Amino acid sequence: MPRSFGFVGRHPVLPAYLIATLSLSGCSIDGSFFSAAGPVAEAQRAHFLSVLGWMAIVVLPIAIGLPYVLWRYRAGRDSGDYAPDWEFNWKLEVLIWVVPAVVVVALAVNLWRETIALDPYKAISTAGQEEPLTINVIAMDWKFLFLYPDGGVATVNEIVVPAGRPLRFRLTSQTVMQSFIVPRLGGQIYAMAGMTTELNLLASKPGDYTGQNAQYNGKGFAKQKFTLRAVSPEEYETWLGSVKSDGKTLDMAGYEELTKPSVPESPSVYASYPADLFKTVLGQFHGHRPADTPSQHSEDRIEAGSPS
Amino acid sequence: MTGTTSPLFGVLDWSSIVFVPAILRPGTSEFIAAGAGGVVVLGALAVAIWLTVRGWWRPLWSDWLTSLDHKKIGIMYVVLALVMLARAVVEACLMRAQQLVAVNGPGFLSPEHFGQLFSTHGTIMIFFMAMPLLTGIINYVMPLQLGARDVSFPLLNAVSLAVTAAGAALVMVSLVVGKFSTAGWTGYASFTEVAYSPGVGVDYWIWAVTLSSLGSTLTGLNFAVTIYKKRAPGMTLFRMPLFCWTTLCTSILMIFAMAPLTVATIMLAFDRYAGFHFFTDGSGGNLMNYANLFWLFGHPEVYILILPAFGVYSEVFSTYSGKTLYGYTSLVYATMAIAVLSFTVWLHHFFTMGQSANLNAVFGVATMTIGIPTGVKIYDWILTMARGRIRFSTAMLFSIAFAATFVIGGVTGVLLANPTIDFSVHNSLFLVAHFHNMLIPGLLFGMIAAIQFWFPKAFGFRLDETWGRRAFWLWVTGFYFAFMPLYVLGLMGAMRRTVEWLEPGYRPWLAVAMLGALLVLGGLVSLFIQLYVSIRDRERLAVPAGDPWDGRSLEWSTSAPPPDWNFAVVPRVTGRDPMTVAKARGLAYENPPRYEAIELPRNSATAPLIGLAAAVCGFALVWHIWWLAVASLVFGIGTIVARSFNMETERVIPADEVERIHQGWLESVRQMPGVTREREMTTANLGRAASQ
Repeated sequence: MPRSFGFVGRHPVLPAYLIATLSLSGCSIDGSFFSAAGPVAEAQRAHFLSVLGWMAIVVLPIAIGLPYVLWRYRAGRDSGDYAPDWEFNWKLEVLIWVVPAVVVVALAVNLWRETIALDPYKAISTAGQEEPLTINVIAMDWKFLFLYPDGGVATVNEIVVPAGRPLRFRLTSQTVMQSFIVPRLGGQIYAMAGMTTELNLLASKPGDYTGQNAQYNGKGFAKQKFTLRAVSPEEYETWLGSVKSDGKTLDMAGYEELTKPSVPESPSVYASYPADLFKTVLGQFHGHRPADTPSQHSEDRIEAGSPS
Repeated sequence: MTGTTSPLFGVLDWSSIVFVPAILRPGTSEFIAAGAGGVVVLGALAVAIWLTVRGWWRPLWSDWLTSLDHKKIGIMYVVLALVMLARAVVEACLMRAQQLVAVNGPGFLSPEHFGQLFSTHGTIMIFFMAMPLLTGIINYVMPLQLGARDVSFPLLNAVSLAVTAAGAALVMVSLVVGKFSTAGWTGYASFTEVAYSPGVGVDYWIWAVTLSSLGSTLTGLNFAVTIYKKRAPGMTLFRMPLFCWTTLCTSILMIFAMAPLTVATIMLAFDRYAGFHFFTDGSGGNLMNYANLFWLFGHPEVYILILPAFGVYSEVFSTYSGKTLYGYTSLVYATMAIAVLSFTVWLHHFFTMGQSANLNAVFGVATMTIGIPTGVKIYDWILTMARGRIRFSTAMLFSIAFAATFVIGGVTGVLLANPTIDFSVHNSLFLVAHFHNMLIPGLLFGMIAAIQFWFPKAFGFRLDETWGRRAFWLWVTGFYFAFMPLYVLGLMGAMRRTVEWLEPGYRPWLAVAMLGALLVLGGLVSLFIQLYVSIRDRERLAVPAGDPWDGRSLEWSTSAPPPDWNFAVVPRVTGRDPMTVAKARGLAYENPPRYEAIELPRNSATAPLIGLAAAVCGFALVWHIWWLAVASLVFGIGTIVARSFNMETERVIPADEVERIHQGWLESVRQMPGVTREREMTTANLGRAASQ
């Protein structure tokens, strides 16, 4: 099932003041789904704001009621309404259980719909019905290796993608668990050794978007960042061509070198990489039987990244 | 860890002592580490010298360490928690300073040192600050509220404390000898496996947490049985103060939730020590199961931490509003609902592990469901204050700050319960802000309120109100300054556990957070000053009659401090708020019909010896000193065996002794003038409430 994003902005409770509050002048919140650069992050932001709106129903009575009660019933002010034994009222009782319950039901419906719609494993559909660009990601200490099965090239700490085309990241780890996120596009999903996970994203417009590992994995963690560069489809083809003609070759020895814990000074590109590299990386955690590699999703049994 | 294992010292060598690297490889990080180690060593020395000079070793041993009195055990738990709190707050300030300085630069801490700091900060705050603090308060208060003389298993209670203290000792020792884990308080595999974390750090974490977890399991059993079996005649479950209800729920959670943690840490130990493959990458290991087991503990743990504070707030709101609790039954059911639901949501800690969307949705909805009973509680507390006469004591101020602040954490919690949103803010400072927003108001403020509220009961004098208010303002403003910026930073893509930033835009927010951390530190210092000032002025603050706040439950009906046996005669309970009822009928300080001899547990050296054995065994395991590990284990088991031969475990207080002391107190109380609520913070408050 392809995702659609038609529900964005259709929520009944989305008071404009929330957005106003959250983008107070001088305090621009930049660098995450609040400055969304793709449909996933946009939907996340819309969902975020709609939940805030719903929660206002529960929170406002407290925000108003608490100061009011404190002022009205403070000791020393003879309110003439002192009832030390007052302990129950059916109408209030029903109200305080039902209102939060109704809000939670509304939020739950919202949650369910959004969770299914924004399933990170679901391919993103676009008006042009383009095939997603698959990129296999191998998390390492402390860098990411990106394999382009279609283009046959590989990069470290830099991804170049065509803007507007759905992206399908398939992730695994050469080392401890890591978490892959490009905050302005959406995220995140764990990359784990011997397993594949998947994340579908899309960059709407050309631009440079920072991505990173979000799961602590030792000394170099803070510097495990990369740039996702979204360019026009033509520029993408040009880039692919230049990498193929100018780039080095990544062989298994080179791969072994990459697996050593380090923070690369700068991104690098490779014109080619060993066939079945992704599969091999997965397989090393399963003895020598890469074909048995379990996948996180049953319908998605392994056919890991062999460049076609 | 380098080189070989010596039969005598395991892998321990001179370079493991923290002062050695500071000499051999001097640097800011090494100096800070050596300084911290120095504080531990000098602190221990100073305490030892002080005890010697004052001749307090013997009383420390015979009146405190070997005591099986729930009140003294409770106080010792709180002392342990406050010491650990001080360390963990200082660590928080160091981390804040590092993050502020380290924008586009390495800052002053090495990544390794920073990793240890966030790991010890979290481990200490959860296992050696929060848990001992709430366990201590419950220990002190719950038996008194039930009208009981002690908990069901006094020796087990002392053993729980000793084992917890042993775990805390391991964390402190790691400051001086060796290093601590860098894997955070959660200790996620496979990062914690030998392949990625060689060295003793993770082992320190494993054994410290295992000991704490064992202590908490035993505590949970003890508290639950006490509530089921030790209530005074007439104290039905639905007449218990709400604090006892939340204690019951917390105890049940402890019994069931600590087990998965113990299992997870022991399995991890098997991986590290014996080459097993429970959580390794490859060889059949599965790191996902570690996350699963850890959070199967970790989520109920959140409610273990928060529920006792909910109980405290219920007592505080009611007492300082001069009004019975609104919606008692509602609050009981809400508490129970939270306790049950807390076992159904653990998967929300790893929405991002790649399971199906349907599964995430189920756990997301379950998580939000907890919001319903929690919301009800807040409304109930507001309605408790409505139509009352609210007095703004320090305890009350902290409780009000909780109600206002916790709501913000609740909103962000509901946000995080949505897998869609969690995908973006998981692992970010937004999450860090959220759980601090739950735990500081939802646990720490509650426990501070509890200390303000029950301190006069425990020691016979009130705490200084001026310093209490100063502490309140510093804590609350400090909290907002420290954590609201983290929400923003999280929404700017800043991830937790980051030693160095590459984004200059973070700096203003980090500066505000730094200011907040310093204010919180000021709040903590104010609390210690409050303690000092109150002890100095204890004559002026004395409330020997034992009821300084016009209290409602049984603990206020006995002297302050209470006698070893709590109640001269076990009270008979006829309804809720028994002390309020007794005062209204003029029966609060009546003579009982007759006195009887009272049996109390004798002091025992068993618990401190078991604690010692546990600490030594943990240390030996960390450093692979096998002979010592075996020897201390044998010693610990031997202590238990030896204890079983001791048949004289009870001492008897004769009836006339009980009568003499009780009558003496009653006489003095009857002559005391009652104090009105307007004057409860003045020297006129001797602990007897004026009749209304």
